[in-house]
Amino acid sequence: MALLQISEPGQAPDPHARRIAIGIDLGTTHSLVASVRNGVAECLPDEQGRVILPSVVRYLGNGKRMIGHEALASQSQDPRNTIVSVKRFMGRSVADITHTGNLPYVFADKPGMLQLTTCEGDISPVQVSAELLATLRQRAEDTFDDDIHGAVITVPAYFDDAQRQATKDAAQMAGLNVLRLINEPTAAAIAYGLDNASEGVYAVYDLGGGTFDVSILRLSKGVFEVIATGGDSALGGDDYDRALADLVLSIKGRSWGTDEDKSLLLTQARACKQALSEADSHVFEVKLSDGLLSLTVTRQQFEACVEHLTKKTLQSVKKALRDAHLQASDIQGVVMVGGSTRMPHVQSAVGELLNCQPLNNLNPDEVVALGAAIQANQLSGNNPDGELLLLDVIPLSLGIETMGGLVERIVPRNQTIPTAMAQDFTTYQDGQTALALHVVQGERDLVADCRSLARFELRGIPPMAAGAARIRVTFTVDADGLLSVDAVETHSGVQAHIDVKPSYGLSDDQIAAMLQDSFHTAEFDKNARALAEARLEADRMWLATQSALNADEALLSAEQAADIRRLMANVLTAKQLETPALIEEATQALAKGTEAFAAARMNDGIRKALSGKHIGAM
Amino acid sequence: MVSGGIGGVGLSLSSNDFELFGIPQQYHLDSNALDTTWKQLQKQVHPDQFSSQGAADKRLAMQWSVRVNEAYQRLKHPVRRAAYLCELRGAPVNAENNTSMPSAFLVQQMQWREELEDSVNANGIELLQHQVQEEKKKLLQQCEQALDQQGDTPLASQSVRALMFIERFEQDLDTRLERLDNLS
Repeated sequence: MALLQISEPGQAPDPHARRIAIGIDLGTTHSLVASVRNGVAECLPDEQGRVILPSVVRYLGNGKRMIGHEALASQSQDPRNTIVSVKRFMGRSVADITHTGNLPYVFADKPGMLQLTTCEGDISPVQVSAELLATLRQRAEDTFDDDIHGAVITVPAYFDDAQRQATKDAAQMAGLNVLRLINEPTAAAIAYGLDNASEGVYAVYDLGGGTFDVSILRLSKGVFEVIATGGDSALGGDDYDRALADLVLSIKGRSWGTDEDKSLLLTQARACKQALSEADSHVFEVKLSDGLLSLTVTRQQFEACVEHLTKKTLQSVKKALRDAHLQASDIQGVVMVGGSTRMPHVQSAVGELLNCQPLNNLNPDEVVALGAAIQANQLSGNNPDGELLLLDVIPLSLGIETMGGLVERIVPRNQTIPTAMAQDFTTYQDGQTALALHVVQGERDLVADCRSLARFELRGIPPMAAGAARIRVTFTVDADGLLSVDAVETHSGVQAHIDVKPSYGLSDDQIAAMLQDSFHTAEFDKNARALAEARLEADRMWLATQSALNADEALLSAEQAADIRRLMANVLTAKQLETPALIEEATQALAKGTEAFAAARMNDGIRKALSGKHIGAM
Repeated sequence: MVSGGIGGVGLSLSSNDFELFGIPQQYHLDSNALDTTWKQLQKQVHPDQFSSQGAADKRLAMQWSVRVNEAYQRLKHPVRRAAYLCELRGAPVNAENNTSMPSAFLVQQMQWREELEDSVNANGIELLQHQVQEEKKKLLQQCEQALDQQGDTPLASQSVRALMFIERFEQDLDTRLERLDNLS
C-alpha cells in the first residue's frame, strides 16, 4: 500500500525533488553503504541480505576480479592477488608501511603512492578502493532502481591530505558524485546525537581494523562542533591480530613462513581475537606448510600482549583532551565505534580513563555509515528544514619548509574548517627571482619527520635586494579537509597556485581508462552520459534559482527578477536540445546572472542571524 | 528592536571582526554569546548549506565561512582579541620587531624556565602551570582595563607582548607534560 504523496504549497512535485543520496563507510576490514529511507537511516543489504562488504578485492587476470565475501573466502589460496586492508596503503609509499615483512604482497614503489604487483599488473590502492566503492554504488542503484545523486564518504579523522585526496579520487573513479568527505567519528556522533537528542561534550573512540581516531565534540541544537581530534592512521585491529600471531609463533618457536602461511596466521589470529571477546580461552589452531600449529590462548595472555597498543590509543585520547583544554570530567559520554571496540578490555580501559559508561547501543560496524547517510540526505537538499551542521577541524598541522629543513607552521591542527591562513616570506639572496615552496603536514619541527604533500615554485619575482620581496603564502583548507596553496609576491603581483594532489604514477589516459572500466555496464555511451549530466545540472540550477526566488525575491527589483526569470526560461528551452554544450551554456548564463542575487541573499542571511541573536538576547 | 545599527549597515567580507559578529568594539565580551553567534552565522554561510546550489553560491559561501571562522578564532582568543584591538586602534603589537620587555618580567621568565628544566614529574609542572595561569589572568585584566576603561592602547600593547611570551611558555609546558605522559 502506498501513501498518497502530498506536496507542500509552493513546492513542485518535481521528479528530481527527492534525490537519492548515500553514505559510504569505506573501512579497512569492511565497507557499508547506507541511505535515509522514509526518514530513517539504514544500511543497504546485498542480494543475500548481508550489509557488510568485506573490503577485499581479488584480481584473477584478464580484467576479471572477485569482490567482497567471495574474495575474502579465497584469501589464503591466492594471497598475493587478494588485496585486504587496502586502506592502510592509501596515499602511502612503501617506506611508510611498517610490516611489509609479514604482508603477502609485492610492492612497487611509485612516485607519490605505492602500488601492488598482481597478476593484473601494478595496481594502485586508489583503484582497489574504487572497486569496492563501485560495488556499493551498484548495490545502492539496484536497491533504488535509480541513479545516485551523490555520496558522502567517510575517512578517519586522522587521515592526512594525501590519504583524503586518494579517497576522493577513488570515489570519483567509481563514478560517484562526492558531496563531502566527513570524518568517521563525526559521522558516528551524528548517528548517536540525532538518535538520542544529546547535548553537551562527548568523546568518540573509534578503533577500526586499521585506523584509530578520537574526537571530542560539542553538541548543541543540531550543531556538531569538533573541538579536537587525534589518533593514529596506522593502528587498528590488524595490529592486534599481528601481535597475537607473533605471541603464538614465539611461544611455539615457529616463524611466519610462506605468503600462504602469513595469510592463514592472520586470519586465524583474527578469529581467535574475536572468540576471546566472548570466551576466557580459545584454541589457536592452523595448518601451516611446515605442519600443524596449535596452542590454547587465554584472554589474559592476549590482553597482555596487546596492552601496549591499547595504551597508545589512550595516550591519543589524553592528547585530544589537552588540545581541547578539557578534563576527563568534562566529558559527558563516550561513543564506541569500530569492530575493535568489542574487545572487553578496550571498553573498560576507555570507560576508566574518561570515567563514564561507554555508549555502544548502536551497532559499532554500522554507525559510521548511518551518520554519513544522514549527512548525505541533508546535503542533497532532501531535508530543507534540517538543523544539522558539522563544524569539523583539520587533524594535523600544515606548514612550509624553511631554511635548515625546519617547518614553519601555517595552519595549526584542530583549526575549524573551512579555513584560510597566510604567512609572509621573503627572498634570502639578492636578485633572487624564484622561490621553491615545499608543503608539509605533521606536528614535528623537522621537515624530514613530516609528510611531504607538494612542491612548487613561484617564478618571475622581479630582482630585488635580499629580504625586499614580500611573498604571501596562503593555505586554504575546504570543508572536506583538502588543501590548496597560493603564493603571491605582493609588490609585483606574480602568483602561483597549486591544488595539493598526490601523483599515483598514472597517466591521465590510464585514469580515464580505469574510469571507463569501473562502470561495470557493458556499453557506455559517452555522449548520452554527458547529455544526462548536462540536463541534471540544468535542473539543479533551475531548481536552486526557483527556491531562491521563492524565499528572497523581495531583495530584487522587478527588473532584476524579470532578467533572472528570462535566464531560467532559456535553461528550460535549452534542456530540450540534444547538444550538451548548449545546455551547459544556458546553465552557465543562469549561474552568472544570479551571482549578485546570491551575494545579496548571503548578506541578508547574516543580517538575520545577527538580529535573531539580538532579539534572543533581550 | 535591532540594536547597534547592524540591521542597516551592509556587511562585507572586509568588515572587521566586531562588526561581523555585531558586538561592540571592546575587549570585554560574553563568550557564550560569541559561540552562539558563530554557530548562527555558520548556519547561514557554511558551504554545506549551499551544496545543492550553483557554483557562484558555493564559492561565496566558502569565502564567507572562512571569514566567519577567522573572526571567531580571533575574537575567542583573549590575547589575539587584545592584539587585534591594539591594531584597530593604531598601536599594533608588532611582536617581531619589538621584543623589549621590562627586566622584572624577563627575570621571572628565566626563573620559570629553570623550574621547568628542574621538574622531573607531572606534579611539578602542573604547579608551575598554575602559577603561569595566575600571571596570565593578571595581565589579561590589565589589558581589559587599558583597552576598555583607560583608553591606553600602548599599555595594552605592552601587556599583549608579555602575554605572547607566556603563551609560548605554556606550549613548552604542554609539550613537556605530553612527553612525560608518553614515557609513563
